[in-house]
Amino acid sequence: MTTSGLIVMLISVGIVVSLFSWCIWKVLTTPNETEKIHGVDFHTPDMDADS
Amino acid sequence: MAVAGSAVGLGNFLRFPGLAAQYGGGAFMLAYAISFLIIGLPIGWAEWAMGRYAGSRGYNSCPGAFAAILNKRWAKYVGIIGVIVPVVIYMYYVFIESWCLGYAVKFWSGGVHLTSADQAVDMFKAMSGQSADGAALTFSWDAALPWLLIVFVFNFWLIYRGLSGGIEKMCNYGMPLLIVLALVVLARVMTLGAPDPAKPHDNVVNGLGYMWNPSKVQIERTQPAPGEKALVQELVGAAAIADAEKQIAASGGTLKLVTITPWQQLKNPLLWMAAAAQIFFSLSVGFGVIIVYASYLRKKDDVVLSGLTASSANEFCEVALGGLITVPAAVAFLGLASVAGQGTFGLGFTVLPLVFAKMPLGAFFGGAFFFMLFLAAITSSISMLQPGIAFLEEVMNVGRKVSVTILGLLTTLGTVFVVYFTSSLKALDTLDFWVGTFLIFILATIQIIVFGWHWGIERGFKEAHQGASIRIPAFFGVIMKWICPVFLLVIFTLTVLTSLFGFDLSTFSFGSASSYVLDLIGGVKDGTPVPTNQAAQLSVALVLIVFFFFGLLSARSKAYKRAEQGLPKHD
Repeated sequence: MTTSGLIVMLISVGIVVSLFSWCIWKVLTTPNETEKIHGVDFHTPDMDADS
Repeated sequence: MAVAGSAVGLGNFLRFPGLAAQYGGGAFMLAYAISFLIIGLPIGWAEWAMGRYAGSRGYNSCPGAFAAILNKRWAKYVGIIGVIVPVVIYMYYVFIESWCLGYAVKFWSGGVHLTSADQAVDMFKAMSGQSADGAALTFSWDAALPWLLIVFVFNFWLIYRGLSGGIEKMCNYGMPLLIVLALVVLARVMTLGAPDPAKPHDNVVNGLGYMWNPSKVQIERTQPAPGEKALVQELVGAAAIADAEKQIAASGGTLKLVTITPWQQLKNPLLWMAAAAQIFFSLSVGFGVIIVYASYLRKKDDVVLSGLTASSANEFCEVALGGLITVPAAVAFLGLASVAGQGTFGLGFTVLPLVFAKMPLGAFFGGAFFFMLFLAAITSSISMLQPGIAFLEEVMNVGRKVSVTILGLLTTLGTVFVVYFTSSLKALDTLDFWVGTFLIFILATIQIIVFGWHWGIERGFKEAHQGASIRIPAFFGVIMKWICPVFLLVIFTLTVLTSLFGFDLSTFSFGSASSYVLDLIGGVKDGTPVPTNQAAQLSVALVLIVFFFFGLLSARSKAYKRAEQGLPKHD
């Protein structure tokens, strides 16, 4: 592994770990944020309408 | 955890390392990082904002969203791409998902005893049915069919029964389990060193070098014979290069050492297309999935942080876990030659099983790795069904269960088609290219143009910032308006011209077309006539038939007529 390869790896891994950690910190420290953020929420309103 | 769980899929642990290995590592990583910044994040945010806006007007499908935003008659037909993409990808994604489950059970039950690469290839051929069309439809635990039935029924059982709580629990517990499993496998890989003392070059550090070094060093023939490749061998590590120099000195001038800089590699438009497609695939951007799920959100929900969190979770799994496990392990156990140029399936289903088979506690680690892939895949495949369900509910004015039933029939037919035409995995490969790469590229480009030019950045940001605890940085305005669409259009045009139709930019002449084109219309490649391929033609016909069917339903939709007139779905 060359020095430039090591730098590319450390920067890439460092950025994604920092970004993911920052997002978790932000979600957990912002009031009511856990209720406001969503991914693919599998419970969609059409499920209720059809039940 | 649910946000992260739904975002992580096969693309992270299989497709990404496969592409990085195929395109030579470090340079691909540069293109990938740039693509994440200028297309992945911006288009993701655009989809979240546009989807939520459409939902506020009562439209939950991609055609409905396009019609509601553009208020044009043709808009719904463009939006159909956002239904075609997830539905067609689902048809082959479940097939791959079934291989993961099959491999996990085979490892854990002690049924994998691989000692050579040929055995690994045979195991994969048996699972995927590559020996002949129809081979995968044989009922055997070594083949995909029983696993496919389990996976397919499980997917539709969850979605038909509306067991959202079960799926969310699976994400809440499955996601940490997946990360823990990945970290265990990563720790094992990082401590492998050089497993075979007789082959000191085959070690983890060289594997990391292959994955991350920006420049490539390789031995090439100085004067290759007609039909012979110039490339002899790729090299990583000072010791391997020193050995190669001796070999070259002894070759009498027939071999030479060549260093390819990252800038030379980055001139290949196909590398950029692959990097961009990986970002789309991995983040589910340009799929028509985000726009549908975002349509169920309210104004007080935070789409900016949601998009960023889902993307960062994805990138963490892809770069920090997927990027450090697969290729280094394969290089350490099998050497650089076995990894170089391997595609997704070659690396994931032939090289890796061999790696696990050679590893102490390999049955456990192999089973854990493939079960982790299965967990990652199942939430993704379920999410691919919702765009089709929402579309059918909207255009046919039916309830969820009827919609799920119709979509179940449609995807069953499509999956049987993919599973039948398994000779060289032609149907899967054709659909993955024309739908999983080509159509995604088109949809993503249209979406960012609609966001940046039809809405404009000011309105787009205003929509996105409603309920958001963070703001999209202002410089993304320039990226979303100019850089992203121009980048996508240039890469798309260059790839179509050079890679699909063989256009030579230095001589301005057309050469041999790509196999994806030749399979459809036939032609000549390197002086040899190439016949058309029936499986590839039928695959494209399948996409066109689905497009026609969806188009017909859209044309008759009363909801879309209201959207075209700028009216909400319900008064």
